[in-house]
Amino acid sequence: MDMMSKILRHLREGFRNVLRNGWMTFASVSAVTVTLAVLGLTLILAMNAQQMSKYVTNQVQVQAYMHPNASEQAGEQLAQKLRSMPDIASVQVISKEAGMNEMKQEFGQYQDILEQYKSSPLPVQLVIKAKDPSKTLQVANEVRHMPDIDTVRDGKSYIKSLFRTVSVLRTIGIVFVIALLVTSMFLISNTIRMTIFSRRREIEIMKLVGAANWFIRWPFIVEGMLIGVFGAVVPLVILGYGYHVVYDRIHDIPLILSINLVSSGALIAKLAVVLLGIGILLGVWGGVMSVRKFLRV
Amino acid sequence: MIEMQDVWKEYPNGTSALNGISVHIQKGEFVYVVGPSGAGKSTFIKLMYREVRPTKGHIFVNGFNIERLKDRKIPLLRRSIGVVFQDFKLLPKLTAAENVAFALEVIGLSQRQIRRRVEDVLTQVGLEDKMNMLPSQLSGGEQQRVAVARSLANNPAVIIADEPTGNLDPDTSWGIMRLFQRINDRGTTIVMATHNRDIVNSLRRRVIAIEQGIIVRDEQKGLYGYDE
Repeated sequence: MDMMSKILRHLREGFRNVLRNGWMTFASVSAVTVTLAVLGLTLILAMNAQQMSKYVTNQVQVQAYMHPNASEQAGEQLAQKLRSMPDIASVQVISKEAGMNEMKQEFGQYQDILEQYKSSPLPVQLVIKAKDPSKTLQVANEVRHMPDIDTVRDGKSYIKSLFRTVSVLRTIGIVFVIALLVTSMFLISNTIRMTIFSRRREIEIMKLVGAANWFIRWPFIVEGMLIGVFGAVVPLVILGYGYHVVYDRIHDIPLILSINLVSSGALIAKLAVVLLGIGILLGVWGGVMSVRKFLRV
Repeated sequence: MIEMQDVWKEYPNGTSALNGISVHIQKGEFVYVVGPSGAGKSTFIKLMYREVRPTKGHIFVNGFNIERLKDRKIPLLRRSIGVVFQDFKLLPKLTAAENVAFALEVIGLSQRQIRRRVEDVLTQVGLEDKMNMLPSQLSGGEQQRVAVARSLANNPAVIIADEPTGNLDPDTSWGIMRLFQRINDRGTTIVMATHNRDIVNSLRRRVIAIEQGIIVRDEQKGLYGYDE
């Protein structure tokens, strides 16, 4: 048999086996489906958590207030100097007037209270961002010693606890995903152990009529791949569609939280690659395992 | 065709199944292997298609040196031998034709060649009308005919049968024996382990009797010789 017809034969046999072993296929596909559904859900949460923590981390900034009598010109000069420092990404100068307007907006319907001031009582304010968010505290300390600076708000405790939380969350996520994969391996190998009994005879007869080991193995591998693909499609459709609907509903609501959801197209594409890949790997691994023991006749 | 020289077989659990067997079977012979249960008949049969390895001694089958045969080459040996069992060993989810086709796909014939050959051998065993039936839809005798057809499919030089009539009633058994006789008439060597006294005593051929792992009798046109 030439290469092409051999490949076709193994594909055909693999497909046929999937159909013939109806209930066992169903059991295996279900095991893969459950595993991948939970894994997929974990991934969606992890991807969004990652995105949010990145956003929040980027929001970390230093607010420096100048002496009340320092002029806006002095503020611009200081900003210019800061911008040339290697650790600083950006410096925004908020003038006395701009600061006042901001405050008025924050006060909303009570902004009349501020009317008593003829000119803005607020100092010139500099908003500074570090290139590397984790160096924010260092930058704040440098800024603190600059001339004309009155107070610096670095959000010290906030930054520290934020970074700690992010790294703890990341570790928990990784441990959870690994635990899940190990569990699913057991789940699937258990299903395979059940299918082995019904396959024993088949493999025995194949060996008796003189089939080479790889000739026996290939249809099982194809079968495993198909089980993996089928097992990935169901959770992919459900999670993908579900995410799309949820995303559509809430990404218009102006909450910081929702603005930073991973867009549904990008997420579904990543999810498809990961779920199909893991599904196929699990299926092939199962197929190889289920024949391995019986090839030594 | 088949040559055994001082063959011993001891299983890992300590059971010694064969204790020095030498035998020579020529091309075209029809040989019964008889003896009490546990005498070593099955081991004798299994050695020939390398289901088990000898502990000691030399075995040659169809030009293959069994003791030196690499695992990779075992399929080649088995393609030159047809094997038939008491329990038929058919795949329950495949039709009669598919069960036979199975053995041909393995050796790599094209689909068209396979179809022709399947039809040919199933006709030889008288099942041309039942090609598309599942084993569960066939009687015991018919299932064994499918198994015989499968063993014939590769045109083997030798057919090895382990109690092929063990599960069949007397009439059906005779049907299968006539089939083996016809196959033998065309020059195929047949080695058959059996407990069926009537058949051995009526269809007189070479009889090899094994007891406690050694050959106690080897006669042309022999008799069964046991009372059980």
